[in-house]
Amino acid sequence: MVGIVGYGAYIPRYRIKVEEIAKVWGADAPSYKKGLRLEEKSVPYLDQDTITLSVEASKNALKRAGINPKEIGAVYVGSESHPYAVKPSGTIVAEAIGATPEVYCADFEFACKAGTEAMHVCYSLVKSEEIKYGLAIGADTSQGAPGDALEYSASAGAAAFIFGKDNIIAEVEATYSFMTDTPDFWRREHQHYPRHGGRFTGEKAYFRHILGAARGIMEKTGTKAEDFSYVIFHQPNGKFPLKVGKMLGFSQEQIETGLLVPKIGNTYSGSSPLGLTAVLDIAKPGDRILLVSFGSGAGSDAFIFRVTERIREVQDKAPKTWDIINGKKFYLDYGTYAKFRGKILKA
Amino acid sequence: MITPQRYWREIPQRYRLEAGKCKKCGYICFPPRLICPKCKNREFETVRLNDEGKIASFTIIRVPPEQFSDLSPYAIGIIELNDGVKILAQIVDCDFEELEIGKRVKVEFRKIRSEGEAGIICYGYKAVLLE
Repeated sequence: MVGIVGYGAYIPRYRIKVEEIAKVWGADAPSYKKGLRLEEKSVPYLDQDTITLSVEASKNALKRAGINPKEIGAVYVGSESHPYAVKPSGTIVAEAIGATPEVYCADFEFACKAGTEAMHVCYSLVKSEEIKYGLAIGADTSQGAPGDALEYSASAGAAAFIFGKDNIIAEVEATYSFMTDTPDFWRREHQHYPRHGGRFTGEKAYFRHILGAARGIMEKTGTKAEDFSYVIFHQPNGKFPLKVGKMLGFSQEQIETGLLVPKIGNTYSGSSPLGLTAVLDIAKPGDRILLVSFGSGAGSDAFIFRVTERIREVQDKAPKTWDIINGKKFYLDYGTYAKFRGKILKA
Repeated sequence: MITPQRYWREIPQRYRLEAGKCKKCGYICFPPRLICPKCKNREFETVRLNDEGKIASFTIIRVPPEQFSDLSPYAIGIIELNDGVKILAQIVDCDFEELEIGKRVKVEFRKIRSEGEAGIICYGYKAVLLE
């Protein structure tokens, strides 16, 4: 059996409310709150980036896994906001947790699905017995251009998963991927903010790929929506995951636990992986979980997990995701937020 | 301007709080030393310090050095880790009114500074209050 042996989450403590952003740009806050089910989003402090979030999430994953970090044979960080253009994030993460020097390492990029791609590679390396444990991280400090619709959701967070064969808490029962070339969202080199195709990011991008991956994995395994205790979809806003879930026959109860976006925004590569951490926090042995990511460009990875007896031993060993979300918070005004995100600079 | 070489040399301490524990008397040196200041022994084992502790003392910096000016004002404190070792660290994610000597903290991995727009990014430890 190959699966997750430890998982961890990290979300910055700063927040900005949708109303605060809307006030500056003359936008209609209720339409974002009601239409897209967005309330507030996390904001990284000046000293936080994809690497620092990844390290903290990984430390929490190690607490739950209870393994020696030297036994980790691969570290893959999936993100679209790696701090360096050239120099891996993964080397710094691996060094900080004490996994160096016998470790495979590279950074992954695939918009919001880089994290689940890292998970798939770690799972595969463990399954083929190339490594004993693999650490996969989805993390981002994503940016939306000032006044753009994405500014209301682009946020920061990280989720880390250690895959292995011994003492697993959730077995990987199946994986599946659905990918096409779809230019729905992109950022060219040297550009600070991404661009997107507006409504084109919906039906032809998010919905097509999530539906393709979810239907594909359920067909492959002969499962139906009612066979799952929980489902987590990529969550660019609060509306899309509920809509795609309904299209696939899932109930709101199956989706809600892992739906974090109304409270923390879209953490991009951390988005559906963080949803999975929230589900694992309360999952019971025997529960079956469906995870479907989405990354613009575009593709979706799907995983089916079966929770094991060991889950109860690890849930309390590190902070739980909803406790982090509802814990200590500092609300920012737009000016301070703009400074934190480098949108304004000191002369 | 910190050189990449100097930054690199300090990675074990800045990233992982690696200290030297005297094999003879057990004294913990952070950063590690060649000779134990207590018993003059020269043999040490490498240990990782506990990442929790308490505030031994603190102050608020309102006129910072140029490279930390974006962070101003900020708190900096002497943190006594559970091992008894004291480290100097910035205390972040807090209202200054919350800070008190004796309050429990934990160490988090943070960006310490960037060398301009094109230089290396330096990472290390800072402290946050335990809730």
